[in-house]
Amino acid sequence: MGETLFQKTWDLHAVRRLPTGQTQLFVGLHLVHEVTSPQAFAMIRRRGWTVPFPSRTVATVDHIVPTRDVARPFRDPQAEEMLTELEKNCRAFGIPLHGLGSDRQGIVHVIGPELGLTQPGMTIACGDSHTSTHGAFGALAFGVGTSQVRDVLASQCLALDPLRVRRIDVEGTLSPGVYAKDVILAIIRRLGVKGGVGYAYEYGGSAVDRMTMEERLTLCNMSIEGGARAGYVNPDATTVEYLRGRLYAPRAELFARAASWWLSRASDPDAPYHDRVRFEAAKIEPAVTWGINPGQAVGVTERIPKPSDVSDNAREAVSEALAYMGFGGGEPIRGTRIDVAFIGSCTNGRLSDLREASRVAKGRRVAPGVKALVVPGSQAVRAAAEREGLDVVFREAGFEWREPGCSMCLAMNPDRLEGRQVCASSSNRNFKGRQGSPTGRTLLMSPAMVAAAAVAGEVVDVRTMLR
Amino acid sequence: MTTAITRIEGTALPLRGDDVDTDRIIPARFLVSVTFEGLGEHAFEDDRKAARDRGVSHPFDDPRFSGARILLVNRNFGCGSSREHAPQALWRRGFGAIAGGSFSEIFFGNSVAIGMPCVTLSGEAIAELMDLVSNAPSTRLTVDIPSRTMAAGAKTFPLSLPENAREAFLTGRWDGTSMLLERFEEVEAVASRLPYLRDF
Ligand code: SF4
Repeated sequence: MGETLFQKTWDLHAVRRLPTGQTQLFVGLHLVHEVTSPQAFAMIRRRGWTVPFPSRTVATVDHIVPTRDVARPFRDPQAEEMLTELEKNCRAFGIPLHGLGSDRQGIVHVIGPELGLTQPGMTIACGDSHTSTHGAFGALAFGVGTSQVRDVLASQCLALDPLRVRRIDVEGTLSPGVYAKDVILAIIRRLGVKGGVGYAYEYGGSAVDRMTMEERLTLCNMSIEGGARAGYVNPDATTVEYLRGRLYAPRAELFARAASWWLSRASDPDAPYHDRVRFEAAKIEPAVTWGINPGQAVGVTERIPKPSDVSDNAREAVSEALAYMGFGGGEPIRGTRIDVAFIGSCTNGRLSDLREASRVAKGRRVAPGVKALVVPGSQAVRAAAEREGLDVVFREAGFEWREPGCSMCLAMNPDRLEGRQVCASSSNRNFKGRQGSPTGRTLLMSPAMVAAAAVAGEVVDVRTMLR
Repeated sequence: MTTAITRIEGTALPLRGDDVDTDRIIPARFLVSVTFEGLGEHAFEDDRKAARDRGVSHPFDDPRFSGARILLVNRNFGCGSSREHAPQALWRRGFGAIAGGSFSEIFFGNSVAIGMPCVTLSGEAIAELMDLVSNAPSTRLTVDIPSRTMAAGAKTFPLSLPENAREAFLTGRWDGTSMLLERFEEVEAVASRLPYLRDF
């Protein structure tokens, strides 16, 4: 009987069975950012521990950085303190930091892949729930809390329970205007926001096989929104080609050896899965969320559900979401007015996302009264986009072109919604208050759909603009 | 090594609703800090304000429940962002245990790591306990880890807690880091066999 990538990677990194019954798992790459690390470092100091594998740890700053005025010190003294603290900690423990001012800085889940740090067959941890993103390379990547950041810093290990593996096949061809974001929103809509609890999601099928690495990153990024602690795609030729020549990827003759090892990590054809789910790519249309969790999504041509449409145990949640969002239920999602458009985040802040959004923005204008911003996922994305002139396309269309960071994905920096504003957002969470205003409203969608909404001033079907 | 946690006793606070996410437990703007201190007072800040604006009292602002040690919740509590600030905020507010229908995995793990058990009870038991506590807020509840029970007045309910976590609380091993450092030579042995750390 063959094995899944999950099993191979788990077994290779297993140190021992702990007295608690959990497995002690070695972490091959630990990514660190400013928000979830300071308390962990403080605890390490207090206990007199060290960081035994500083070179398997890499830090950047993303969550709190302003995207307009990045001059130091920041205007927000607490943000400045967090950044100074990270700089101090990285210096003290010998951890490489791609900080502000470096052309490698960016959202942690964007720079890991683009620097070639993220590689197949690795275990990866980061104090951020969207660490599942790195699974796009066939790595086993876990989002962890601050105590576990401390565990990894001090021991390079995590105490974990194994996950079951669910195989998700997406078969066929996506229609034009339908993106990886729409695929993952369709998956979460069907399997539920809790459906993946206890599972790792393995994505495959012909549609996933054809996806670029950036599309696979989007797909894996939102695994956690479906409750799955990890999600991955098996490494293949696309993965290997993406890694070739990257800063931290092996070079010269080492690369060939690495590539054959990477490919050997993929799940075997006869690997056992706990269960399998299948999606038809051709049936997926551009998705828009109408509620307060990422599972509350519809296709752009559909209507928002009414409480009477759903089963008894879902009714309360639907009513709560409708009340918060100010929807009556039953109306088409198309035509929903927006106030803000946000293109960015670790879900959709990469070059291909900006390219697709710019195709919509090109030669059009942001609707009057709409505030639209584009926040590249990293300095490298920004530079590449500027080389192609995407910044000019966006600016000419009336979008603001900002410095990289998490920005309005979670609004820990000055970018935030005000009052009950409605935001068309390419990020990953539409929770109440997520974008900085306790009453603010978020509609998740693909970056091209966000650009289309920005131009129209309301939710529209991007397919009508791409023709 | 840290201390064992066997029972948590005190009054309770009922917080109704499924899928309470960590953004609600502690809004992101309170994460801009290098310590966890002071988080307790901001727990559910936005929900509490929204309740005040509607002219109702959020259970966290209800004086009948002040000083509660046990938080009663429904299903999928703590979903969303992995921020450990969420259990920290509740712990610093004085809660020693959370009893609910179910918990998000990351929230559960983060709570274990700070020594705050999240125990699971049946939906009916939770509903009964919430009603009991709402009607008689001074009722004392006891979460008893060794016997896996929750006592409320004269009644006892079975609770579940995964064996790993139970063991960790009872042996004082919930401070996971010390445990991971116990046999460090085995960690080094794994590192030395990983192809990607040895030039493939
Ligand atoms: S972009 Fe959003 S989801 Fe991604 S790491 Fe930043 S805050 Fe987290």
